[in-house]
Amino acid sequence: MSKITFAIGGVHPDDAKLSRGCAIEVLPLPETLYVSMAQHLGAPAKPIVAVGDKVRTGQVIAEPGGFISAFVHSPASGTVKSISPRKDLAGNNVTHIEIAVEGDEWVDGVDLSNTLVTDIPDDRQFILDRIKACGVVGLGGATFPTHVKLNPAPGSKAECLILNGAECEPYLTSDFRIMLERTKEIIVGAALMQKVLGDVRTVIGIEENKPEAIEAMRKALAELPYKGIEVLPLKKKYPQGGEKQLIQAVMHREVASGGLPISVGAVVQNVATSLAVYEAVQKNKPLITNVLTVTGNCLPTERQHNYLFRIGMPLSYIISVAGGVPEGAAKLVSGGPMMGRAIANPDAATVKGSSSILYLSESSTRRGTESMCIRCGRCAQACPMGLEPFLLRRLYAAGDLAALEANAVQDCIECGCCLYSCPAYIPLLDHIRQAKVQVMGVIRARNAKK
Amino acid sequence: MIVSPNPHIHASVSTRSLMLDVIIALCPAVIVSFLYYGLSEIAIMAVSVASCVVLEWAITKYMLKRPSTTGDLSAIVTGILLAMNLPPTCPLWVVFIGALVAIAVAKMTFGGIGQNIFNPAITGRVFLLVSFPTFMTDWTVPAGFISNVDAFSGATLLGQVPVLGALEADKLVGLQTFFRNIGGSAGEISALALLVGWVYLLVRKVIKPWITLSIFATVAVIAAVFHLCDPAQFTGPLFNLLTGGVILGACFMATDYVTSPMSTWGGVIYGFGIGFIVMMIRYFGSYPEGMSFAILLMNMAVPLIDMKFHQRKYGRK
Repeated sequence: MSKITFAIGGVHPDDAKLSRGCAIEVLPLPETLYVSMAQHLGAPAKPIVAVGDKVRTGQVIAEPGGFISAFVHSPASGTVKSISPRKDLAGNNVTHIEIAVEGDEWVDGVDLSNTLVTDIPDDRQFILDRIKACGVVGLGGATFPTHVKLNPAPGSKAECLILNGAECEPYLTSDFRIMLERTKEIIVGAALMQKVLGDVRTVIGIEENKPEAIEAMRKALAELPYKGIEVLPLKKKYPQGGEKQLIQAVMHREVASGGLPISVGAVVQNVATSLAVYEAVQKNKPLITNVLTVTGNCLPTERQHNYLFRIGMPLSYIISVAGGVPEGAAKLVSGGPMMGRAIANPDAATVKGSSSILYLSESSTRRGTESMCIRCGRCAQACPMGLEPFLLRRLYAAGDLAALEANAVQDCIECGCCLYSCPAYIPLLDHIRQAKVQVMGVIRARNAKK
Repeated sequence: MIVSPNPHIHASVSTRSLMLDVIIALCPAVIVSFLYYGLSEIAIMAVSVASCVVLEWAITKYMLKRPSTTGDLSAIVTGILLAMNLPPTCPLWVVFIGALVAIAVAKMTFGGIGQNIFNPAITGRVFLLVSFPTFMTDWTVPAGFISNVDAFSGATLLGQVPVLGALEADKLVGLQTFFRNIGGSAGEISALALLVGWVYLLVRKVIKPWITLSIFATVAVIAAVFHLCDPAQFTGPLFNLLTGGVILGACFMATDYVTSPMSTWGGVIYGFGIGFIVMMIRYFGSYPEGMSFAILLMNMAVPLIDMKFHQRKYGRK
């Protein structure tokens, strides 16, 4: 039993990894793909193709729209049918490039073989350029452009690269499957990022409910020539895979409020990102695929899947390939049950960071009727940031923004532990999210004045 | 299809399930009281629980005109605790008045569950103690289902301290008292039964141990210091831990969510305050016990404690 975990708060939901035994299957291409220009955190990408253009798989179709932005590549070969706003998962109108799929003709210069390339290029800049050119972004949830994260501002020095294989969200198994099936590629990706950061200590953190992944990683590490990479089994506790929590668990350091992980010498990358880095640098293969889990507690075992999807596939397409919405599903979620987003618009297209389609039954997802706070303190005990959700909610009701800021509402990582543990079903996170938006606005306005 | 923000799952713990756990935890001590005090204790328990539930239901329905909150089972907990805090000879109409004060005055006037400053059951008990001292200090032992004829009657162990002196009183308390201590409030016969319930609450993660441990430690340390200085005047730690509702109060009354601090260190301070006050009342006050007063007094300090003590926040000094 690993005791290594973060120090404050956390909850222990049933991990429900129902699809852990399902090997990754490749989804067939649909007739039409809708490629969002907001695949990543930061500025949306700018389309560089025009309606009617013929594109090939892996061809650049949009370029970064700012410093924090990323290239977007065509997920298939075909014709650009339209470039127009379309509703994304959150319901926002985002420019999408619609591609009528005609085949899967890749651009030249991409190594499509399965041969493992283990030689690490000596040129740090070459690695970074490849990562940027291939549009790699963080696949752990935030989709922050990876080349920016791997290139810390002058004055800050990376001391530890943490590979996030915690996959602490219940149900999700996509990271688990790639850790089993693409083990060596992930390690080569880690070695590449290690090289970029200056041969730093590299730790692959994996929750101990995935012993097969820990085993596979250790075995592969022994067979590969890299130094300074270790596997660290972590205690199963949510949100173990939260960036700040993982840093606390691995390095015993805390990122100051408002600070970046690099301020304590940490760079955290998801294992899926590491795989994307491998494919980008060693194979020159742009990021147009990712693995997505189709799972849920109202889905029979034989209908659970881990799919390799192309970006731009509408969720509804994947749902229909997987046999439709199962009987008894009351809520569809994209992402994990703790932090994912309820699917209101199943026609939304998948993006680089899509991780799951989760069907939850009525009984497991229905919120109870809100009642009075009984001051049990469970929300405060559960909060991994050490906040007091009961207090924040009261301050928000009173409209006291100064007190909200003093009580660190802006540090909330929206992990959902407070509402998950509230016996009175008070929608704590709903209120805190609103409060956070307002307080962040005040902070930004104050900083702008300075 | 449901569309709502995250999280999409819940720990499936509710106020009702927590209260049910408290009721289960109280069962060993309640069963022991039934065995030793028989039908009269069962009647007290029935009247107390029924009064609390009916009063809360009536007040929410006819006065507050809100949906009933009796489904959360907290009124039942109050009823059980009140009955456990009364002598087994208490007249039933007195029990009803206690329930009225507990629910109508201490709980519902403040807005119901979660809003009250004072622990309802203790408020009810203290009201009865100062209003009906004769009934509340009649420690005659009624007939039970199992033999209790060897019990003292007339005064509790604590009540005998002024009569016998601390040295003699200390001798009356031994290992046996831990299992069975006849003569006192109905709920405190068996320290073992109470602690079994407390451990159940800890295992079920309903409460944390810090408040209770802080009270035990404070009582033990203060009693040890005074007892060492003058054993003829001051009773010792074991005597003070095993008598006068310290265990019942520390395990089930001081740990009431609503009227105790939210943070760990706040709880420790709160427990220290209770332990300190109860020992001062016992050694220097005119009441023989003092646990109820200590808890009520510290209930008042909870808002202040909560302002001062917070969780440690991530990434902040």
